[in-house]
Amino acid sequence: MRSRTVLIGMLAAALVAGPLLAAAAAQPKEMFIPLLVYRTGAYAPSGIPIANGFVDYFTLLNERDGGINGVRVVWEECETQYDTKQGVECYERLKSKNPVLVNPYSTGITYQLIPKASVDKVVVFSMGYGNTAAADGRWFPWVFSFPTTYWSQASAVIRYIGQQEGGLDKLKGKKIVHVFHNSPYGKEANTTLETLARQLGFELTLLAVDHPGQEQKSTWLQVRRINPDWVFMSGWGVMNQVAVKEAAAIGLKMDHFIGNWWSANDSDVVPAGDGAKGYKGATFHAPGTAFKVHQDIVKFVYDKGKGGGGKKEDMGTPLYNRGVVNAMLSAEAIRTAMTKYGNKALTGEQVRWGFENLNLTEPRLDQLGMKGFMHPIKVTCEDHEGNGPILVQQWDGKRWTLVSDWIAPMREVVRPKIEAAAIEEGKKLGYTERDCAKEK
Amino acid sequence: MIYREAGQFKTTYASDQAVFPIAQDRVVVGLAVVAAFVAPPLLADEYWLQAVLIPLLVYALAALGLNLLTGYAGQLSLGTGGFMAVGAYAAFKLTTAFPQLNIILVFLLSGVVAAAVGLVFGVPSLRIKGFYLAVATLAAQFFLIWLFNKVPWFVNYAASGTITAPPRSVFGVMVAGPTATSQARYVTALALVAVGAIVAKNLVRGRVGRSWMAIRDRDIAAEIIGVRPLRTKLLAFGISSFYCGVAGAELVFLYLGSAETLAFDISLSFLVLFMVIIGGLGSILGSFLGAAFIVLVPIFLTNAPHLVGLVLPVALQKEMELMVFGGLIIFFLIVEPNGLARLWQITKEKLRLWPFPH
Repeated sequence: MRSRTVLIGMLAAALVAGPLLAAAAAQPKEMFIPLLVYRTGAYAPSGIPIANGFVDYFTLLNERDGGINGVRVVWEECETQYDTKQGVECYERLKSKNPVLVNPYSTGITYQLIPKASVDKVVVFSMGYGNTAAADGRWFPWVFSFPTTYWSQASAVIRYIGQQEGGLDKLKGKKIVHVFHNSPYGKEANTTLETLARQLGFELTLLAVDHPGQEQKSTWLQVRRINPDWVFMSGWGVMNQVAVKEAAAIGLKMDHFIGNWWSANDSDVVPAGDGAKGYKGATFHAPGTAFKVHQDIVKFVYDKGKGGGGKKEDMGTPLYNRGVVNAMLSAEAIRTAMTKYGNKALTGEQVRWGFENLNLTEPRLDQLGMKGFMHPIKVTCEDHEGNGPILVQQWDGKRWTLVSDWIAPMREVVRPKIEAAAIEEGKKLGYTERDCAKEK
Repeated sequence: MIYREAGQFKTTYASDQAVFPIAQDRVVVGLAVVAAFVAPPLLADEYWLQAVLIPLLVYALAALGLNLLTGYAGQLSLGTGGFMAVGAYAAFKLTTAFPQLNIILVFLLSGVVAAAVGLVFGVPSLRIKGFYLAVATLAAQFFLIWLFNKVPWFVNYAASGTITAPPRSVFGVMVAGPTATSQARYVTALALVAVGAIVAKNLVRGRVGRSWMAIRDRDIAAEIIGVRPLRTKLLAFGISSFYCGVAGAELVFLYLGSAETLAFDISLSFLVLFMVIIGGLGSILGSFLGAAFIVLVPIFLTNAPHLVGLVLPVALQKEMELMVFGGLIIFFLIVEPNGLARLWQITKEKLRLWPFPH
């Protein structure tokens, strides 16, 4: 009887107090940015370094410069476990704090937030992920995916493979396998690869790996049977390390195995030990800590004991740097908006203007301590992708080194497809095309 | 006191066999339903509706469906996620092929499609029982998810393999798509689950429900007294899958807005099964209580540290949430193995005898 009474009491408490929230609105001189992160679960190996990089850069801005032009950045992390339902819950919860932009960190969650965000006037910044069709700003004004997209990446990787083989015409008859995470994310590159396979005449095999990807024996047996010339992978989380280990186990030539930019982090290759040597990965920024921004992070963040969950030694992994780039691009977009609207806490609509008019030049990157760290970007009303080029990095057993110059995507192949897909996807959501000529 | 029945005389069989024989029950349930329709749309904010109440209703409908199959007919199923996926993809295909079709009708039709699929996967239940049947239904789960992943026709050849709810309205009010308000979505979900609950309640106290329970309690005895196992079991699979199918369509159209197959993976099947077990096998009310427990407690645990002013790292908080939630499930099952519905039943019995409980 007693325990039952306790039980009823607890139930009542849970039902009533459940999702009560202390929704504190942001202060006037603060801007709130929600962070959807995943530091637990099957995707934690990928999620932790990004979240750390993101938080560290914003801490740096607050500590060194007192925020963005004097407006402090405040954020709150929300754990999604890379799960769309938890992601939606996070978004809805953090929405009460007046966010100006959201970084979903998951293609699945991005798909959920694209329809919501335009209604709520929140910018969706899916940097190098999400729905590629949304890169056409005429149909998706609230979504930004610069510096580049999965489709551009796939075309650039094919261009790189062509370079290695001695010309794109040499690809005819070559066998290329795409191993992908069986989710909207993993499937993104498929259509581009299929188009290029038709145009260039290489033999493409698509092999899906189901969530979460801990079991891939059969996939890699198939790879061994096909005996491909090149393997391209779109993996995420625990799937990457398993794939690299399996590839090493079947004796694949590792320097003919290229991961996309979400499949080439230290956490992906370290478990495979020496077997991973030679493994390559795409990226849109440099790895390592040889940049001024890293020195500043050490000086203003770690030396003051304000690190966002990681250790000083963990800095410089590709995904950590990606978090830094993501935070930097968000901050620069806000700064751009401030040139028009003044140095105060901005609204989502004003920040959206900043994203759309972002022009990140070489001198500006130099000022930010990121010279040579990434490629300049110019975003326009039509083009929310920026069509950025990629780099290829290679794992030498200890660290990543860049082994290529900037490789441009095949814009002539990708852009028409993006425009066609934008019309299709936009119409599904009942959107209309806006006229960019009137946006100045 | 509040449950004193003195003066309530039942003079007809109809009143004795009513759904709620006690007048107080009728009043309370009636008021609760009216309150559920009126209060949240007026009072609750976006977060409550979109992240708490709508998923609660969707899961309640799925739990209701599984409860008919597992709680009443005794057929253990792990295919719930798969059947929900059938409903979701059927609704997507139907509404994109026939955009004029009323979305409520689309939900019901997709339930019918799910029922047909459920019938097919229910056939092994004639030979296989108990845990072995659970494994057979597991095959349904994996096969269906594989099918939707594999065949691009189901997603209208979308490159990402995602289905997105297009804008749809009922009587001029948007209920699906990006511009639909959460109030409209909530009321639609509530209306469907309310009708579903009334139908289920009447099913289980009639001939169909009694034959299900006969099969559940001892199938050979049931067969001897004239219950046909084939028809009864398949009917249970069909009706259960209908509910799950409608719930799956709601999951995409009213709750998530867009979904991939991952939203319907095996963990969803387990989640709904846990709702039924925690809420109470063989109880309509239990389906709602179980869904409330599984949806609300994790949200409560996520927000609890904030409420008392404790700021924890998110990873630690998530892990604590999982541990506490798991612990709570074990605690509840030890204290009340028959589920939350049984708790309410005991409370009610005591109230009826109050102030002289024995």
